[in-house]
Amino acid sequence: MSLVTLKDLSIRHSGNPVLTDVNFTIDKGEIVTLVGPNGSGKSTLLRAIIGALRPSSGQVIRAPGLRIGYVPQKLHIDATLPLTVRRFLSLPKRVSNSVAEQALDQAGAGQLAGRQMSRLSGGQFQRVLLARALLCDPQLLILDEATQGLDQPGSASFYQQIETVRQQLGCAVLMVSHELHVVMAASDRVICLNGHICCEGEPEHVASAPEYRALFGTGTQGALALYRHEHNHSHDSDCGHDPQSHKAAE
Amino acid sequence: MMLFDSFLIYPALAGLGVAIAAAPLGCFVVWRRMAYFGDATAHASILGVALALSFEMSIFAGVLIVALLMAATVSTLSNRGYAMDTILGVLAHSALAFGLVAVSFLQGVRIDLMAYLFGEILAVDLLDLTVIWAGALLVLTLLWWRWSALLTATLNPDLAYAADIDPRREQLVLTLALALVVAVAIKVVGVLLIAALLIIPAAAARPFAATPERMALMAAAIGAISALGGLQLAFVFDTPTGPTIVCLAAMLFALSSVTSLLFRGSSA
Repeated sequence: MSLVTLKDLSIRHSGNPVLTDVNFTIDKGEIVTLVGPNGSGKSTLLRAIIGALRPSSGQVIRAPGLRIGYVPQKLHIDATLPLTVRRFLSLPKRVSNSVAEQALDQAGAGQLAGRQMSRLSGGQFQRVLLARALLCDPQLLILDEATQGLDQPGSASFYQQIETVRQQLGCAVLMVSHELHVVMAASDRVICLNGHICCEGEPEHVASAPEYRALFGTGTQGALALYRHEHNHSHDSDCGHDPQSHKAAE
Repeated sequence: MMLFDSFLIYPALAGLGVAIAAAPLGCFVVWRRMAYFGDATAHASILGVALALSFEMSIFAGVLIVALLMAATVSTLSNRGYAMDTILGVLAHSALAFGLVAVSFLQGVRIDLMAYLFGEILAVDLLDLTVIWAGALLVLTLLWWRWSALLTATLNPDLAYAADIDPRREQLVLTLALALVVAVAIKVVGVLLIAALLIIPAAAARPFAATPERMALMAAAIGAISALGGLQLAFVFDTPTGPTIVCLAAMLFALSSVTSLLFRGSSA
């Protein structure tokens, strides 16, 4: 069975629909990327999967005993909280030194065990978060805009790390990213979200889909051009976005 | 030389109990930026005193009930359009004002308001001492039991959810512990200075701790030194005991800040 299945998932936030009738599955070993504009419900979808949000209607079905490694979007650690990397890895469950070291190595964060969390650079911090997510030997790794705040080489090397991790562990990866060109290259499947699933499929398919172009306009063309050079057709969108407004900006 | 005259034994043990329970809880108050929340709960407890006196129940029970009510009110009102510090500012001071007014309505009961506002540690009897230590041990047990979950929830609620920890439940645990500490501390330092006993030792311990556990232990030590030393100083200089304890804690905080500045200055 699939690792996670969402059936007609709807989530409302103080009365406003954030997600409407989302159907989604992720299978063993797949890399799935969620793209969508700000406020399109990407993080909400991830939070529903880890159980932080209760669906207003519909179902979130997780495979029994599913081990999820979660890398949050941002983690602010208050400067008043003293916390070494090693101690952080033992939250909430104590892990042995060898397990901790292995996870740090896998995440490319070896040598950091003794450092204070609040003194890490952005890239180091994300790798430590990744190491923590790897401790449970996850079947599904969930990353929520994990490279936010990293510069381009930094995020590129972070994605390479994730690719390496996936090859080693064989886990599925579900991630949200705004760096379309990077994620498009690495993903098996891309889901374009804007309150509902606008379109999904292989990266090339999504990149050329009219719904996707309606959402992102041509502003991403330069980036996407790395992987796909021709956007030579345009369809009328039927999913409620306004392609006209984007066209007007062209 | 004998450190304590025998009549200071009860107050010393009472101060020690409160300090040791307040310190680790105070760390969470600092980490989660709940300082105002602690203040609001403590200030509300004067209303609990009025309640206890008018219904002839124990002060401990009255304060505990009102502290819990206060916590429930705060969490109900939060996320309703006001910033947290505004809500707490409104509630803390109105609870104190209503408490003071309520106490003045109590007829036929002669109470020394100062004793509740600033504590009356020298009047602690065996029953008080028992209640204080029972409460303190309960708080410590609660924190010990939930420690990992509390820390995880303090770091990030989603991280907690992902590890099957409900951060709302952990918040409740902290609220309960806070109400308990307020209820046992009122006799020792009084309503106005309870928050000081929570925050100052934790803040003083911060520069010298590398892990949360060490910070909690050091805070407990600083709290204990403040309680015992403050008691002795108050006796020597004939000053009010509760405020003297807090003064000593504040001086230890100043010492800690200066030391860490010097230390950092030389190592940089």
